Amino acid sequence: MSRLSDWHIMGALALTGIAGPLLFPAFAAQFAFLWLMVTFALTWDILGGRMGYNSFGNIVFFGIGCYAAAVIQRDMGLPYFEGLALGLAAGVVLAVLAAVLLGSALLGIRGHYFAIATLGLAVASGEIAAGWRYVGAGSGMALPLYPGALGERELFFTWSLLAVAALCFLFCRFLYSTRFGLALNAIRDDHDKADAMGLRTTPIKIFAWCVSAFFLALSGGLAANMIGFIDPRDVAFAGATFGVWMVLMAILGGKGTLWGPVLGAIVFHITQEIFWTYLLGWQRVALGALIVVIVVFFPQGIMGWWAEWRARREAA
Amino acid sequence: MSALLEVRNVTKRFGGVVANSNISLRVEKGEIAGLIGPNGSGKSTLFGCIAGAHAVDEGEVFFEGAPIKHLRTAPIARLGLVRTYQQTRIYGAMSCMENMAISAREAQGGLLSLLRPVPPATSRRAEDLLAFVGLHEKREEKAARLSFGQQKLLEFAMALMNEPKLLLLDEPTAGINPTLINGLIDRLRRANSELGVTLLVIEHNMRVIMNLAQRITCLAHGQVLAEGTPDDVRDDARVLDAYLGVA
Amino acid sequence: MFDNLQLLIEFPAVTLDVVLNGLLIGAIFALAAYGMALVWGVLNIVNVVQGELVVLGGYITFVAVQWGLPPLLGLPLSAVVMYGVGWLIYRGVIFRVVDRDIFISILATFGLSILIQQLANLVFGAEVRSVDAGFGSLHFLDGMVSLAAVKIAAFVLALGAGAALWFFLRKARLGQAIRATAQNPRAARILGIDTDRVFAATYGLNAALCGAAGSLAVMAWTIQPYMGLPYTIRSFMVVVVAGVGNVGGVVAAALGLGALENVAGFVLGVEFQIAFVFALMVLILVWRNIRAARQRSYLE
Repeated sequence: MSRLSDWHIMGALALTGIAGPLLFPAFAAQFAFLWLMVTFALTWDILGGRMGYNSFGNIVFFGIGCYAAAVIQRDMGLPYFEGLALGLAAGVVLAVLAAVLLGSALLGIRGHYFAIATLGLAVASGEIAAGWRYVGAGSGMALPLYPGALGERELFFTWSLLAVAALCFLFCRFLYSTRFGLALNAIRDDHDKADAMGLRTTPIKIFAWCVSAFFLALSGGLAANMIGFIDPRDVAFAGATFGVWMVLMAILGGKGTLWGPVLGAIVFHITQEIFWTYLLGWQRVALGALIVVIVVFFPQGIMGWWAEWRARREAA
Repeated sequence: MSALLEVRNVTKRFGGVVANSNISLRVEKGEIAGLIGPNGSGKSTLFGCIAGAHAVDEGEVFFEGAPIKHLRTAPIARLGLVRTYQQTRIYGAMSCMENMAISAREAQGGLLSLLRPVPPATSRRAEDLLAFVGLHEKREEKAARLSFGQQKLLEFAMALMNEPKLLLLDEPTAGINPTLINGLIDRLRRANSELGVTLLVIEHNMRVIMNLAQRITCLAHGQVLAEGTPDDVRDDARVLDAYLGVA
Repeated sequence: MFDNLQLLIEFPAVTLDVVLNGLLIGAIFALAAYGMALVWGVLNIVNVVQGELVVLGGYITFVAVQWGLPPLLGLPLSAVVMYGVGWLIYRGVIFRVVDRDIFISILATFGLSILIQQLANLVFGAEVRSVDAGFGSLHFLDGMVSLAAVKIAAFVLALGAGAALWFFLRKARLGQAIRATAQNPRAARILGIDTDRVFAATYGLNAALCGAAGSLAVMAWTIQPYMGLPYTIRSFMVVVVAGVGNVGGVVAAALGLGALENVAGFVLGVEFQIAFVFALMVLILVWRNIRAARQRSYLE
């Protein structure tokens, strides 16, 4: 994709994101979730697609963002927006700190051991939150009400989640254009070789996870306020939904590509919104089946499929 | 002349197997040294011990006079001691130019220095080195799509990109088209004389190593069997025995 | 929070009760872990759907008992039916991911686990289920230590199944084919072993072991649609600690885990027992990796 068309697509998406909820106020929440999904897929792909570290545990940073905002907004006695701002900041700081600590411990592990370790991390975090009374234990936490009018509330969260997704996209785009992006790919293609060529792989890997954690925590605090309630296992540390969707959307779009995760998130979210209501309680069964089908039959993703198709057409 | 690399009484065991036993070796600054020996004589293991991939059980390794046994591969590479692999390791899903760019010395810097695009000077140098090994036409090709011999050349170019003081080459001519081998020998010599890279080369092709190296060490059964000029080593009866399996 | 720790220190009989009950439950973990080691060693797959196979086995016994079958007959029934389920899963999905990137198989089996877990939720409901085997309990030390007889039976049966597996792998023709395939699939193929059939049988055998484990779990403990993943993680942890080809080590590690888990549940509170299992697994991996790093290697 040339630079020009890149900016065109970004502009069109931004315009859709800004004007969409104004024109179709009933769909404002769907737009908000779409941007959340885009952030999910993009942040997963930093490690999963670019660096070859398949993580099931990124949801932990989202959960930290949710809970940090909820606790600060509950305990600090600040007006709504001040509380939200402080909550988001605290969430980001805690999540990045967690990424540094967990990264130091876990990012030395490779391959499927890393995948299973991060899966354990995600479930353990949810279970700890579900047993910890200070954060409401199993009954979760309610967030303060948005002070403005009803429609205004939807717009505020839709646009702020759009802003997070856009920032995340632009930052990833910048990262992948630098030597840092090449270093991530080098670690993915041959970790030992990257070490033998003198790359500082450990700080590179930890920083990559910190970038994921930063944007996930930010979107977590906002999403918690938008939903208004956080359940430890079904919202904050929702490993079986959000946690797997991240992986699925990135693979569906094409992992390791710039636009793949965005595309995957859009396709997944729209499909989900259209078909989910017809499935009458079978949604999660269908999700399991969808994972199997995509992983087994379509692991190259839409971008990979497109590249293959173009290569075949050029060869013909 | 001072020793750039000194291996002193190095022993490496894997379980009960002694892969390197009490090996000593010197490489002088500016020379091309050869390392030969039959299969399984411990040459690649010795490379691993020098470059930090293996923990050395006994003995010591000095690079520019400083002990490096305790260091891992990455800090050793940053000191200017780089190795290539027998099975050729490149970054398969990246283009040749990207392989070169991330192998540049400045990519070893801290995080902040990585958060910049590849500087034009680095790209020019990468193109020059790719041209030097004859891969300039393939510069935008994915590395995994190159032939084995081309990958070997790419790995050599990547190592030069790293601006090492000492380069350990593990069988640089294996898998290379025989008609191109003379050209490769010439390039290894030029890397040594023009770029100032000291070389320690593992090689099975006797014609190549006798032509190339100024001094040769021969290993057998994990021990140093003979050492000297190519002529000395060639005429050594023990070396002949080791290769023919009479010993 | 640590009041119960005090209790354990002051009353050794309570400690004995908690540890023994844990050990007995650990035998069920051992069954599921044998299966995981088998599939890991032969198919080179980390089977994330392992726990759901256990839960399904439990539901088969549960339904059979509701239909009037004696509980103990549920065990062979679960094992046989689950062999068929395992074979179907292999033919439907697993054979397509066997020789692909290991993350593909992890994600595919993770998808299967969500699928089965949600199906079980729709069919059987989210309630916690158990079956009363009607054996009563044994009491020791003035009733300070009480062990359900069915747990002891489960323990014996699980160890018996382990021994049977050990003999099967060494003596039976199919068992030998399985071991040959585990060592070197290509060589096995050259020697005329139909490795695809061996894979299918191995996966079926694994599912049968899980079925038996589930049947014992529903009698000695409880089952519930969302209890699968903890069994997967327990099996994984046991295999990581014991090593893939080590039946004795698997038994020891599984019993140890059962005891440890029960003590942790008692001390930290039952609400943290699952968190403990998952956190323990993460810690074990980190510890193994630190040890590997000392050898200039890593966990992969």
